[in-house]
This record gives sequence, C-alpha cells and structure tokens, in this order.
Amino acid sequence: MSGFAALVSRDLRLVWRRPGDVAVVLAFFVVATTLFPLGIGPEANVLARIASGVLWCAALFAALLSLDRLFAADFEDGTLDLLLLAPWPLELAALAKCGAHWIVTGLPLALLAPFLGVAFGLDRDSLLALAATLLVGTPTLSLIGGLAAALTLGARKSGALLALLALPLCVPTLIFGAGAVEALATGGDFGAHLAVLAALALVALATTPWAIAAALRQAGE
Amino acid sequence: MATSLLEVADLACRRGGRKVFERLSFSLAAGEMLTLMGRNGSGKTTLLRALALLVRPEVGMIHWQGVDVRAEPEAWRGRIAWLGHLEGLKGDLSVAENLLSAERLRGVPSAEDRLDSALVAFDLSSLAARAVRTLSAGQRRRTALARVVLAQAPLWLLDEPLNALDVPAQAAFRAALEKHLAAGGLAIAATHANLGVAGRMLELSRQT
Repeated sequence: MSGFAALVSRDLRLVWRRPGDVAVVLAFFVVATTLFPLGIGPEANVLARIASGVLWCAALFAALLSLDRLFAADFEDGTLDLLLLAPWPLELAALAKCGAHWIVTGLPLALLAPFLGVAFGLDRDSLLALAATLLVGTPTLSLIGGLAAALTLGARKSGALLALLALPLCVPTLIFGAGAVEALATGGDFGAHLAVLAALALVALATTPWAIAAALRQAGE
Repeated sequence: MATSLLEVADLACRRGGRKVFERLSFSLAAGEMLTLMGRNGSGKTTLLRALALLVRPEVGMIHWQGVDVRAEPEAWRGRIAWLGHLEGLKGDLSVAENLLSAERLRGVPSAEDRLDSALVAFDLSSLAARAVRTLSAGQRRRTALARVVLAQAPLWLLDEPLNALDVPAQAAFRAALEKHLAAGGLAIAATHANLGVAGRMLELSRQT
C-alpha cells in the first residue's frame, strides 16, 4: 500500500471509530436546510427558486464545520511530524487528507442533498442536477478548506479564521453550483455551469496541495 | 578511525529571532551514539528538528555519506526514525494499528512480520489490540519507541526517550538501542537523564 493510500485509509478508519464527528456535520446540513421551508412557508415557487442556493450554502457551512480538525488533530498528537518526515511528497499527503475529508463529508452531503431537495419541491431532474453539482463542486470545498485549515494551524480561534479565509475563496464554486441547478430549471446551459465547476475543482486540485504542504511545513517549524 | 556517515558542520539555528545555537559541528560513524545535553531552551529539540529538516537551519551543512541531505530530502527522511516530545500516536487506533499505520506512511507496505518483535521488545504484546487513548503515559511512550524500532531506519532521532518510562521499560529501551547500534545504526538523543548507553556527548549552552 502506498503512503497516499495508507493515509486515506488511516483517516477513514479514524472517522469510522468516531462516527459522531461526521454525524454532526450531516445533522447540521439536515437541520439547516429544513429550517428554510419552515421559516419561509409552503410557497412552492419560492422554495424551488431558493432551493439550490440554500442547499449549496448549507453544504458549504457543513463542510467547513469539520475542517478545523483536518490537520489540528495531527498537529496536537504529533502525527503531523510523522507526515512531514514521510519519505514521499508532503503535497500528496495534503491531497490524501483532503480526499479523505471529501469522502466523509462532501460525498455524503451530495448524496443526501436530493432527499432534502424534495422538501423544497424540486423536480426529479433538478434533484439529480443538485447531486451532480455537489459531487463535482464539494472536492473544491475540501481542498480550499484544507488550505485554510493548514494556514490557521496553531492559531487561536482557528475555526473563525478558517471560515474567514475559506468562504471568500469558495464563492465561485457556490455561484456556479447553485447557478447550475437554476440554469436547468430556467432552460439555461446546465452543462456549461457544471464544466466551470469541474474546472474550478481542477484548479484547486492543481494548486492547493502545494500551498497546503508549504503551510504545514511552516507550522511544523 | 571509522568513516563518518553523518557530518554536521557549522550549523546555526535561530527561533523567534533568537539565536538558539551556532557553529555546531560533529560527525557520527556507524554504531555511534550522540547524547545531547543542556538546560531547557539550549536548543536540543531544535537541533533534532533541524537534523530531520523539520526546522530550517540558518546556516551550516548536514551530509549523509558525503551528500547534502537537502539535495535528496525524501531519501533522507526515509533514513530517520523519529521520536518527538509528542508520541505521534492516534488515540482511536490500537497499538498494533498505530505501529503498522506509521510504517505504511513511511511507504513500507507490510511490516506485520516484524510487528511481533517490536511489541515484544517493549512488552506491548498484551496491549496490541488496546486503543492508545486507554493507555498510560508510559505505555504510550513504549508504543512510540516500538514504532522507532519497527522503522528499521539507520538514524534514530530521539527527544527525551526515557520520559514516563518505568525501570523495566528503560532497560528495554537500552537493550533496543544497543541492538540498533551494534547493527551499525546511529542515534542522537536529547535527554536530561543518563541513558546508560556508551556514546559521545554534546553539551549545548543557552545563547543569550
């Protein structure tokens, strides 16, 4: 097993041993999104129109909830030193950590979202489109959030700092993610929105691991 | 005189604007041990971290078999077994899982065949399946030392290895260290205690 696969496997095993951490994230997503129909009322047109934006915002906040522990736990127990000393690129370790984070947050959020979308009165095509945009867009949230988590490692009030750093960088993903579902409903070009989301994910994939690795080295000094 | 494997010359480090040490030079041959002594804040941990390239030295060189370790950092890191102040263990994983996971992170796919001997060396066999968070401080330190042994790396960098160890565990550590040195390994340990293993000593003094 390569170091990359070993790290993904270790992080997934840790989540499996402590499922409450992921359950809190998913519960937040469910509670936050279901509050909107309750607060706004049963006006079907209004709910359907805001659905993608609400679900995308809730997914973004839910993903951020779990990100402050992404590297902090390793920093606090000394395993970050072992990652820094691993004889393979730290950039791959950063990618592995973000990948494991996506598997336990982004992926379940994307799979859960269509069920919550029913409460907003979205039709079948919109529900599938919502899941597709979250599947393509949430890796960007994990990568950008991972960068913010690495940059705020060891800082006081790191959770708030992390949100302040990550949220503005996630705005393009949020706009095109929510916009894609709306485009489908209004006859716009859903494919183009999805392509931009994929491009944003690729840019994040190509840049953030290096920045995360640099931030982790700095934190290790 | 034996050929030096590790050569350190004119090493200087600065932390937070303060000079921690400077013009530090030493060399180690196969089977040699260097004990770092000095008061709190004298730079023992910083030196260990600089040798592991976790801290960037201000100036100086670190050569392994005549090659600058910064030229091939990944190969250099593969030659190091590290024990820091913190144990580097995951509380939710068992002792055995921690040890095997650490080896896999070093890119060693299968260490199962060597696991038993590492566990036996530190009397951890009966604790192998226990979650690390349920262990005492001494048991966690023994687990971290077992990880060092399991790594089979030529250079051990140890920060206060005897921390929290009882007398039998200290004896087990000495036995493991002597075995490592007898096999041609090198070790550098920062400590306030007498490790009880023959070797050279380097006294670091606090810079003002």
